[in-house]
Amino acid sequence: MFFNEEFETLPREAIEALQLKRLKSMVARVQQNVPFYKESLAKAGISADSIKSLADLARLPFTYKQDMRDSYPYRLFAVPMEDIVRIHASSGTTGKPTVVGYTQKDIDTWSELMARSFVAAGVHKGDIIHNSYGYGLFTGGLGAHYGAERLGASVIPMSGGNTKKQIMIMQDFGSTVLTCTPSYSLFMAEAAKEEGIDFRDLKLRVGIFGAEPWSEAMRRDIEEKLNLSAVDIYGLSEIMGPGVAIECCEAKQGLHVWEDHFIPEIINPETGEVLPAGEKGELVITTITKEGIPLIRYRTRDITSITYEPCVCGRTHARIARMSGRSDDMLIIRGVNVFPSQIEAILMGVEGVEPHYVLIVERKDNLDTLEVQVEVGEDIFSDEIKHLQALSTKIEKQIKEMLGVTCRVRLVEPKSITRSEGKAKRVIDNRNKA
Amino acid sequence: MHVEQISIFIENKFGRLAEVTRILGEAGVNIRTLSLADTSDFGILRLIVNDAEKAKSVLKDRGFTVSKTEVVAVEIPDRPGGLADILQVLDASGINVEYMYAFVERCGENAVMIFRFDETQKAIEALTAKSFNVLPGERLYSM
Repeated sequence: MFFNEEFETLPREAIEALQLKRLKSMVARVQQNVPFYKESLAKAGISADSIKSLADLARLPFTYKQDMRDSYPYRLFAVPMEDIVRIHASSGTTGKPTVVGYTQKDIDTWSELMARSFVAAGVHKGDIIHNSYGYGLFTGGLGAHYGAERLGASVIPMSGGNTKKQIMIMQDFGSTVLTCTPSYSLFMAEAAKEEGIDFRDLKLRVGIFGAEPWSEAMRRDIEEKLNLSAVDIYGLSEIMGPGVAIECCEAKQGLHVWEDHFIPEIINPETGEVLPAGEKGELVITTITKEGIPLIRYRTRDITSITYEPCVCGRTHARIARMSGRSDDMLIIRGVNVFPSQIEAILMGVEGVEPHYVLIVERKDNLDTLEVQVEVGEDIFSDEIKHLQALSTKIEKQIKEMLGVTCRVRLVEPKSITRSEGKAKRVIDNRNKA
Repeated sequence: MHVEQISIFIENKFGRLAEVTRILGEAGVNIRTLSLADTSDFGILRLIVNDAEKAKSVLKDRGFTVSKTEVVAVEIPDRPGGLADILQVLDASGINVEYMYAFVERCGENAVMIFRFDETQKAIEALTAKSFNVLPGERLYSM
């Protein structure tokens, strides 16, 4: 089953011809309209006309998240603000988010690609999609929502949180499709169990889970506990939002990247060199149809590999493997992107707090937990418990406000955090050990 | 009239309290009295010792976070209502007790309580005005 059979099954030569045509036109547009790209392309000695084949892509400069931060909020936009109909944002290390703008055509494209993704996952018109991705600046909720409407399915705009109500709605409304983070799906199943409700008795048939890394073992666990077919979806706000790539329900072997809109590459994160299919490296994406904020060779920092092998589902678009990590130190905690440097900046802003801290991430009852251990030096020590507790509460509150992630601050003795030689080990991630 | 108290930050981890007392013992510091306030993560050990300066320096050398605080030791008649009387004086003067604990030894017929006030000097004045006996530090360190 396809949503747009013609484009989803284009022969490889046709995909590549389309990509080249669209790449050239995009490069011409940003050269014209985005001073940042005008400059960086000139520096690299590249113009739209000098791009003769897709191999020339490797000559184009990378775009980094830092470039987006430096262009905050609108300087990477390629169209006037009057053509921007939607603005989303993701968090940034200094508290300033990464801002993305969409034209009406961008929203239409995104909706179509999400609709394609739904169909690839086994969803069809007539399904009732229970959308538990957060609505708001985060792209998850609205991205899935518009895709569901484009498909013509019924969508329940639940957003995240309020688990008891989520379960009640799923039961009463007869939801057949669930969209949320994989860990939240298991959390809901556990919560339901406590209420005496077995998720296997619900009408759910398909689960589309993303926004955080998960394993094959977790898929088996989810499929058994929720009695549905679980697929992995990939996306990032800088590129579009959810629906950049998705697993098809037929194979569940890698995520199809919608190559008529994005060109994926895998590079060596150290050298920037393009790696052949099958090799593991950093995913780099070039948007070739986006109008609002087109990006050339965006460094996603996600580690994966790519395959162009034909898929049993009939889609001709390349597949990327499940994300196996990051080439930077970003953590994904309950779907929220967190850089240790963000926590550090908050801690340094608290008077007297020493720069010795460690982040401990665990998965308890299928939910990620973050503990921030902070060493208590003389400057913050008080002989009164209430002062120390007020301090930890203050840090917890600031982290919640700035990053949107709930954490627990634990005050520890000086020198109790291991000083490693050279770079301090700031993160202990125990999630994959279980 | 102040009494020097040292406070030590201790994580709620096996053996930490023993570690502190052993360090002090080896340094020849005698603990006069103590109180331990704790939460699920950490505790604050408050000590009155015969040599606060030495206690502080040996613990700091071993990596502990230590601070010195001035507290007030007050003699309280060892009878029903003894503590209530003194607290009433403080209440009437608008002084907050941040925390308090008992000294382990008696002073003649009286018990001794250790107090941490929000306004130390004002508290001492209010108590002496009502004829309560505020003990100097030297008395406690050598008691």
